Amino acid sequence: MKFTMASFAALAVAGFGSAAFAQDKVEVRVMWYSDGIEGEVMQDLLDRFEKTHPEIDVVLDNVAYQVIQEQLPIQLASGKGPDIARVTNLKEQAEHWLDLRDYVEDPAYWEANFGDRFDWMRPDGSDAIPGFMTQLTLTGGFANKTLFEQAGVEMPGDGATWDDWIAASKEVMESQQLPAAFAIDRSGHRISGPNASYGANYIGDDRMPAPIDDGTMTFASKLVDWTNQGLMLPEVWVSAAGTTYRAAADDFINAQIPFYYSGSWQIANLSTKIGDAFDWVATGSPCGSAGCSGLAGGAALVAIKYTRHPEEVAAVMDYLASEEILREFTERTLFLPAHKGVVEAGGLNFQSDDPNVAPALDKFISASTETLPFADALPAWKWANAYYGALVTRISQVMAGEISLEEARTLMDQDIADQVSAASQ
Amino acid sequence: MSRILTFVFRRRGHGGRWHWTDIATWIWLIGGTILMFGPALWLVASSFKGPAQLAEFPPTLLPYIQQTAVVEGYDAPLPLYTATLEDGSVEVLAEIRRIGVNSQMVDPENPGERINVNIADRSPVREIGFATGNYVEPLVANNFLRFLWNSVFVTTMATLITLLTNSMAAFALSKYRFRGRDAVMLLIVATLMVPLSVILVPLYSVVNATGLLNTLWGVILPTVATPTGVFLLRQYMLTIPDELLEAARMDHASEWQIYWRIVLPLAAPALAVLAIFSVVWRWNDFLWPLIVLSQREHYTLQVGLNTYAGELNVQWHYILAMTVVTMIPVVLVFVFLQRFITTGIAGAGIK
Amino acid sequence: MAGFGKTLGRAVTWPLTLVARAVDPPLRVWQRWTGTGGMAAVFLAPNLAIFGVFVLIPLVLNFVYSMTGGTGILLDQRSFIGMEQYGRLLECEDYTRRITCREDQFWTAVTNTATFVIFQVTLMVTVSLITALILNRNIRGRGFFRAVFFFPVLLSPVVVGLIWRWILQRQGLLNLITVNLGLEPEVWLNDRFYAFAATVGVSTWAHMGFYTLILLAGLQAIPRDLYEAAEMDATPPMRVFRRITLPLLGPNFAVVLVLALIRGVQIFDEVYVLTGGGPGTSTLYLTQYIYEVGFASILRNPGLAAAASILMGAVLVVLTLLQLWFSRRAEGRRAR
Repeated sequence: MKFTMASFAALAVAGFGSAAFAQDKVEVRVMWYSDGIEGEVMQDLLDRFEKTHPEIDVVLDNVAYQVIQEQLPIQLASGKGPDIARVTNLKEQAEHWLDLRDYVEDPAYWEANFGDRFDWMRPDGSDAIPGFMTQLTLTGGFANKTLFEQAGVEMPGDGATWDDWIAASKEVMESQQLPAAFAIDRSGHRISGPNASYGANYIGDDRMPAPIDDGTMTFASKLVDWTNQGLMLPEVWVSAAGTTYRAAADDFINAQIPFYYSGSWQIANLSTKIGDAFDWVATGSPCGSAGCSGLAGGAALVAIKYTRHPEEVAAVMDYLASEEILREFTERTLFLPAHKGVVEAGGLNFQSDDPNVAPALDKFISASTETLPFADALPAWKWANAYYGALVTRISQVMAGEISLEEARTLMDQDIADQVSAASQ
Repeated sequence: MSRILTFVFRRRGHGGRWHWTDIATWIWLIGGTILMFGPALWLVASSFKGPAQLAEFPPTLLPYIQQTAVVEGYDAPLPLYTATLEDGSVEVLAEIRRIGVNSQMVDPENPGERINVNIADRSPVREIGFATGNYVEPLVANNFLRFLWNSVFVTTMATLITLLTNSMAAFALSKYRFRGRDAVMLLIVATLMVPLSVILVPLYSVVNATGLLNTLWGVILPTVATPTGVFLLRQYMLTIPDELLEAARMDHASEWQIYWRIVLPLAAPALAVLAIFSVVWRWNDFLWPLIVLSQREHYTLQVGLNTYAGELNVQWHYILAMTVVTMIPVVLVFVFLQRFITTGIAGAGIK
Repeated sequence: MAGFGKTLGRAVTWPLTLVARAVDPPLRVWQRWTGTGGMAAVFLAPNLAIFGVFVLIPLVLNFVYSMTGGTGILLDQRSFIGMEQYGRLLECEDYTRRITCREDQFWTAVTNTATFVIFQVTLMVTVSLITALILNRNIRGRGFFRAVFFFPVLLSPVVVGLIWRWILQRQGLLNLITVNLGLEPEVWLNDRFYAFAATVGVSTWAHMGFYTLILLAGLQAIPRDLYEAAEMDATPPMRVFRRITLPLLGPNFAVVLVLALIRGVQIFDEVYVLTGGGPGTSTLYLTQYIYEVGFASILRNPGLAAAASILMGAVLVVLTLLQLWFSRRAEGRRAR
């Protein structure tokens, strides 16, 4: 009976599998996640690629971001995975990326246009070309201009501090009877720019994690106070345990909060979802005692080392990284470009009728000059995620009243140390 | 009417008097019905709301759509608002555009004259309506039929294999005495202790090693050896008298025939319960398929619909609508097969 | 219609019947060779093979994982460190203060889970018993109501969590009700007490139908004449309940109790979707802790997670031995 079952199974698999794809083409699989419309744009670009390259079949596997974060690492560890993937956790998994240097048509073109950020995605000291950033991101704030106007409150201008912004938002909250004055995404990455603005530094002299410093504690204690005073929307940080990511974009979109600290990637999302409901502006990052820093980051499209078709993968990558295609991708998705040629040529024709979009993008581009050196070093730092994870987990607990800020400081140091010692086992 | 009421509220109390337990019973039952169905109905109602309305506070019970009107001189229909004018009068006006806190409005009856209204003094005119786009857009954009087929395939195959292997094992464990029977039983029981969600990494290694990654069989096989099924069936088979089996052996029936021709048909009620449970469980499976399947032609419905959760944004209006879609088969099972379950569990005794 | 159904049923089972006929002759040979006893092996083999590969081996691997360290995900990238992970889980400076423990979140999860199980099992058993007693009464539409309480059992845990999150959040149904009653709206899941109560209530809501049916089956097996006799003696109802219903319900009651315990300890999906463990860590339960540490967190540590899951399994084994003991006793009573 067992034998019969097995052959029955084999039969079913054969019948099922054969229909899926033809044999003569080389299949290149791209694992991709979407926050907005970029999946559709990418599909469109790939369809055009397939027309000119009939020998390559590019399959775009749209997955949830959770899959990229949780399943992809396991696949990579077992030497599996897609051929190309859109990834944000670049540095820690650098060993799994394919060095495209020998496969791409013109390595010099890659060096010239993407070279600045290869260190984000390759091991320290390597000269590999693992892929390219599909977009740059910069953390920053958004304000609901209409709510400020309705409340008759002046929006803080350039150089305003975090305290200024929260005070102004508080006035708006009180006058418009909103549930909170502001929100910041539940993420260690998001608060690291502000931390830097208050003088934080995570990176020790030996490039190992430094103990939590006073700069980090300053902003953390502000966050906790704001939460306790009912100024920061509590749902976002308090109502989850562990390192779970929670965005507050929906609350901003629904005009529940006048001020929202997130990042440049939200522009397309805000534009489509807010529509004409109210006017909004990007504010850049409010200032602290040490500066007005945001934090750069982004997602990259990387080739995976375990592919069986490096040549075809490189062909796809060459196409997608070409200036013309990347320009179109950027213009349609409203992302900040990471391609030097595109940036320098300027004149991007962002495809949006929304009058709020262009000024917001400009604001982020100008804010990108204000990031502090420490913030710029973070994306290429191996222990950044360990630090982010500890920050989110423990600060949330303080906000929920479970531990004191001082206890949190000890626990964060311990969490990070545990992570470092586990890695050396 | 009163006769119907008497009929419906027939009760145990003596001589037409309402005993307090009768009242308590009906409060419990009617309250229970509201509590059991109400939440699901709220989900269905919410799934027809647009993104903006989902976030509204306080929420509305039913989905609404803003009314629009075609106004002379404007190509697109304009949204309608109830506006309070400066003189205190209230009128229904159409909005041309909003600039800052001012709304430029026009009376649909008198399109020539523009009226400026503060946006705090206007509220949208709405009627009950359904944001069907929540359903249509994902179903069209996604490879919906493929996902559906995969889900059906997984559910059917897993259920068939579950029924077959579990009933064979249950037959052996209930009708034979052999060394190690209790050990096997204990071993199967022991697996109840560790839920799937805590052994994901080792299980993934095994599925990877057997080459079943990114195949539907990688989803099916780890779920079919359920201890629950073996238990349920064994418990039921214990009630089948051994004399029946002995009689068949007298007639030179083989053991396989005894299993196939006698025990299986007699165990039909328990098999039906297991089949229904298995269908519902496998249809609802989410975490494991999500881990095994990362290529889109293999996605099951539950995995395919999860793509609406991005790194930074979750598209709730789609997620709610798609949740309702995945609930449909479950509701059908409930409506048409609940009698088998409720009487079956009672008959089969214990899970 | 019925005829059509029968034809359809035959069409479906027909290939299976053919297969069943085809395997009979070889099995007969096998039976002659090994005797009837050897057939037990044949019947067990398919289930045990699948079981062995996809359940047993991962469980053994899990045990091996619990004795390894490092950040690697697959076993061959990890180093053997003995019982260190267990030590790390159990190490506290001061056992009366969770925060001094090396893995304070593990202890938070343990105490949370224990509290949850106590409240949830009590509520579950009470509500299921009351419902079963009511459904056992001679009421109209008993079949309908029996099904009503079963509906949530069929929903997937993810859907259950989602449904209730949509009721309890700021823009949820519950606030619609509170506002209409003239009360202040509340962010329910942000409050430690309400969030905990929600996890208890929602998991009871989702599973009570199942336990109700088991109890109902027990109630219906109690002979009617016992009640009639009690009625003749004019025994007070509470006494009837204590002296007749409860003792005769015993075996089913025990099964419900222990099954509810096991599932209570393993609670995960619906709570994960509903509260995510918050506010703070007040609804962080054991399975979520293990899932996050071992799999989902950016600070992944599969060894530590495996050790925690083994400890959880050990506790559950004790609970299951209880179950076996109870059902043995129940079988003995039924025989009498």
